[in-house]
Amino acid sequence: MNFFSSFGKYLQLLYFSLGKPQSWKYFRKQLIDEIALIGLDSLGIVMIISVFMGAVLVIQAGYNIENPLIPKYTIGYGVRESLILEFSPTIVCLILAGKIGSSISSQIGSMRVTEQIDALDIMGINSASHIILPKLIASLISFPFLIIISMMTGMLGGYGAAVIWNIVSASDFIAGMHYYFYPFEIFYAVFKTIVFAFIIVTVSAYWGYNVQGGALAVGRASTKAVVYSSISILLSNLILTKMILGG
Amino acid sequence: MIEARKIFKSYENKDVLYDINIIFERGKINQIIGQSGSGKTVLMKCLVGLDEVTSGDVFYDERNFTKMSMKERKILRQELGMVFQAGALFDSMPLMDNIMFPLQMFSKMSQADMIKRAEFCLDRVGLSDAGNVLPDELSGGMQKRASIARAIALNPKYLFCDEPNSGLDPKTGVKIDDLIEEITLEFGITTVINTHDMNSVIQHGDNINYIAEGKVEWQGNKNDFLTSRNIKLNDFIYSTELLKRIKARQ
Repeated sequence: MNFFSSFGKYLQLLYFSLGKPQSWKYFRKQLIDEIALIGLDSLGIVMIISVFMGAVLVIQAGYNIENPLIPKYTIGYGVRESLILEFSPTIVCLILAGKIGSSISSQIGSMRVTEQIDALDIMGINSASHIILPKLIASLISFPFLIIISMMTGMLGGYGAAVIWNIVSASDFIAGMHYYFYPFEIFYAVFKTIVFAFIIVTVSAYWGYNVQGGALAVGRASTKAVVYSSISILLSNLILTKMILGG
Repeated sequence: MIEARKIFKSYENKDVLYDINIIFERGKINQIIGQSGSGKTVLMKCLVGLDEVTSGDVFYDERNFTKMSMKERKILRQELGMVFQAGALFDSMPLMDNIMFPLQMFSKMSQADMIKRAEFCLDRVGLSDAGNVLPDELSGGMQKRASIARAIALNPKYLFCDEPNSGLDPKTGVKIDDLIEEITLEFGITTVINTHDMNSVIQHGDNINYIAEGKVEWQGNKNDFLTSRNIKLNDFIYSTELLKRIKARQ
């Protein structure tokens, strides 16, 4: 019963969040600020994680592929597939759920406990749309770019590891990267990312918006935002993968 | 004028407000007083629509707020200003932007006119030099004054103040009360104040409504407040040692 009540409140918040902004001029300003906060500020962490993960994937693949009958370029191929299909869209989004989700939840939660949301409502402004919509649009724009950059830096990391530790030759690695490449996989990854971005922002905003109490409640909401976003991402990842690639 | 007519409010079978009938008059300081937990904050939230009444009506100059659609309420809310207990200033914006915010949202003013209006409001509350300061850098009294400046930016017809002098020293509290009274008279606003500050009541209460356990127990003004024979009101007034001693001397 509690789940249905919470889900109903989530849908209601979603409905109000998608309302028309009070001032388009102000919305554009908010959107640019949010793209900088959500997108640009996450670029560093995404690149660092991706480089290291790409390198580790190459080392592990090299360690596991000892059979001389398996061509060496398989390492490049495997790393590319792992990065595009799973690592960049899912794992990076799980990390972003921690970084951005907790930030959104605590920011909105603080606005709730300090009555800033009430102040917006009193003015006749749709507070949900005013606060959440710019974050949502900014995430839907920024996340696909972050994920594409993650794929690229992950591959660079893998290439660097392959060459530095002589796990596989540069030409074999690049050949593996090109082997049986379907551009559809990029579309699949970007589509998943957009769904995950939507989940991270809306779930985190829901917990922040419905905070009741003080600083402790804001902290609890922030934790819940990350936990529920992560679970929702994993669940939707399974459903989307089965629907799109499961045959 | 604002009229609360037969307001009842309950949360999960717990009654919080019973049959509240109050008229808040224009150009006067209308006060809702009572102990913490008496229901005065709930009543104010019902008046401004932050909470819905269980039954009853709220009229803003004969316009029934409780029966209005979301769109109609949105229009009416542009005539409301509210000063929150903790100020509720947007902490990411300097004061100037805080004051200009409602203007940017609702007015068709040019940027220069908005700046002029914001400067006027800041000047009116004595904060003309603090336009570029963030709310966190201000004292409690200054935050309250800034909140008043934001509330009057759109020339409201109705001003609500939730415990405007709570958490302030007595001298600053008096200054805030005086400022609210000046603004009420200057702009002919219907001002509704939630307070349990006795000095504020004695000095400014044109229309005092004492609420206890969700009911209006006493209504009057500052002239008959201290001479009332209402037992509950007297218990409330003389609950502090200071006032008990003053009463004993009299």
